[in-house]
Amino acid sequence: MSSIAPTPTSAPGGGTSTAILEVDDLHVEFRTRSGVVNAVNGISYDLAPGETLAILGESGSGKSVSAQAIMGILDMPPAVIPHGQIFFEGRDLLTLDEEAQRRVRGPGIAMIFQDALSSLNPVYSVGYQIGEMFRAHRGLSKQDARKRAIELMDRVRIPAAAQRVGDYPHQFSGGMRQRVMIAMAIALDPRILIADEPTTALDVTVQAQVMDLLTDLQRDTGMGLILITHDLGVVNEVADNVAVMYAGRIVERGTVDDVFSHPAHPYTDGLMRSIPQVEAKGGRLLPITGQPPNLAAIPAGCPFHPRCPRRRFRS
Amino acid sequence: MLCALFVAMALFPSVFARGADPRDCDLANSKATPSADHWLGYDQQGCDYLANVVYGARNSLLIGVLGVLGVLVLGVIVGAVAGFYGRLTDSLLSRITDIFYALPLILGALVLLRVGPSTGLPVISDRGPGAVAIALAAFGWMTAMRLVRSQVIAVKSSDYVAAARAMGASDYRILVRHILPNAVAPVLVYATITIGVLIAAEATLTFLGVGLQPPAISWGLQIAQGQSLLRTAPHLVLFPSIILTLTVMAFILMGDALRDALDPRQRS
Repeated sequence: MSSIAPTPTSAPGGGTSTAILEVDDLHVEFRTRSGVVNAVNGISYDLAPGETLAILGESGSGKSVSAQAIMGILDMPPAVIPHGQIFFEGRDLLTLDEEAQRRVRGPGIAMIFQDALSSLNPVYSVGYQIGEMFRAHRGLSKQDARKRAIELMDRVRIPAAAQRVGDYPHQFSGGMRQRVMIAMAIALDPRILIADEPTTALDVTVQAQVMDLLTDLQRDTGMGLILITHDLGVVNEVADNVAVMYAGRIVERGTVDDVFSHPAHPYTDGLMRSIPQVEAKGGRLLPITGQPPNLAAIPAGCPFHPRCPRRRFRS
Repeated sequence: MLCALFVAMALFPSVFARGADPRDCDLANSKATPSADHWLGYDQQGCDYLANVVYGARNSLLIGVLGVLGVLVLGVIVGAVAGFYGRLTDSLLSRITDIFYALPLILGALVLLRVGPSTGLPVISDRGPGAVAIALAAFGWMTAMRLVRSQVIAVKSSDYVAAARAMGASDYRILVRHILPNAVAPVLVYATITIGVLIAAEATLTFLGVGLQPPAISWGLQIAQGQSLLRTAPHLVLFPSIILTLTVMAFILMGDALRDALDPRQRS
């Protein structure tokens, strides 16, 4: 994307001039018949090129919904974005028309999903689906698109790419499918890659390979990576910065080292304590007690207070 | 299978008619009963009946296939648009479909074919196979529409559609390339069965005198002409009826077989 010159610092939100993505006070709610579900309640963060930002949180904390809002792939309705701005290269994505938003997806921001099998269309070969990126966005011919697809499959380390280009998604293993998804996502050299729990459906050794691949690709291309996960180990290994989400809010933000060694928020603290420790082998795991809040009725004040070990009652 | 036999019969009738020409008639043979040389005997005009019945397959299949193509075009377009865009578009198109549902197929087609000749429209006014096919498609597309609509709604929420959208695919691309190929399997099954249903409907319309007109060769016409002679020459009604029933059944069975073949749960 070179058509639009970035307009640094003109955007509100207090981001640095180097940020390619600035999310400012983003709210997302789902208006259903049984009430309004407040999935995301005013989150702000920014992302610099080459930075890896991990968004950490349990299921239902709003991390995936906020990513989908950035991609513009929420089903609206029922989803509504009542507040907030999302600046990508200086433009507020939420004010762009549908066609301009579509042009950002792919070459600007790309996304990979948790379940690579269901994210690939079962009726087309993987080569066709990777090549479709070039055909849809760059108007390449079928042969050229196929050639580029093989190059990309090589790049994401799929063995024997030239032979496998005509295979269908169900003929690949889980890790290979996720590589296919990654190949599609990086096809147009996006500035930002959003990975929504990319390794959750994979087993541990494959997880490590996929994460290595992602970090290598990021180093080569300088793209910003938003890693949505609840895997603390992955965060610790690859992320630069981390934002911890709870009940649709970012409760804590900082560098990985800071957050992991000095968690300030009791929720983050609870998360860190819940990691199984090698030294404490045989001991009990330390869970965070209670249930995540109902997003249709978030507790007043700090939404974590009903579960908080440090809460105090005022007399 | 049986369907292939009927299709072959429609394509190469002279082979199945044992060389007899359905229009080469000799009144001396009028209403002759079946014999070794002429398996199905002769009709009132002294024409070889086997040839007539065999040649009738062509019009029936032509109308069945053309009619189903019309059903598919209408049903897929309306259903896909309704399912994909949802909301007001969906409500509007679904209500229009409901209105058509309220019109019986035969009655609607009957009226259209009845007033057809007075409209002066190119295909409809000549009461040929094209007109019958259009009449049947115009009043028979609703089930296909509902099938496509529900399939599109189901496929629309799948992850790969979200992924395609996240990769910047346009609405048209998502609908045509990603949703429809995954949504058509049950519609194809339905379409196959519908070929049989439309063939039967064509015979009904023709029997009632609003479908194909003599001297066209059609099972409906043969049954209509044979009924007055039922007492003296029952074979004139019997043979076209049997063939008609077998054809309809063949397509319904083929639909069932197709459904089994396309069902992903039965794939290993």
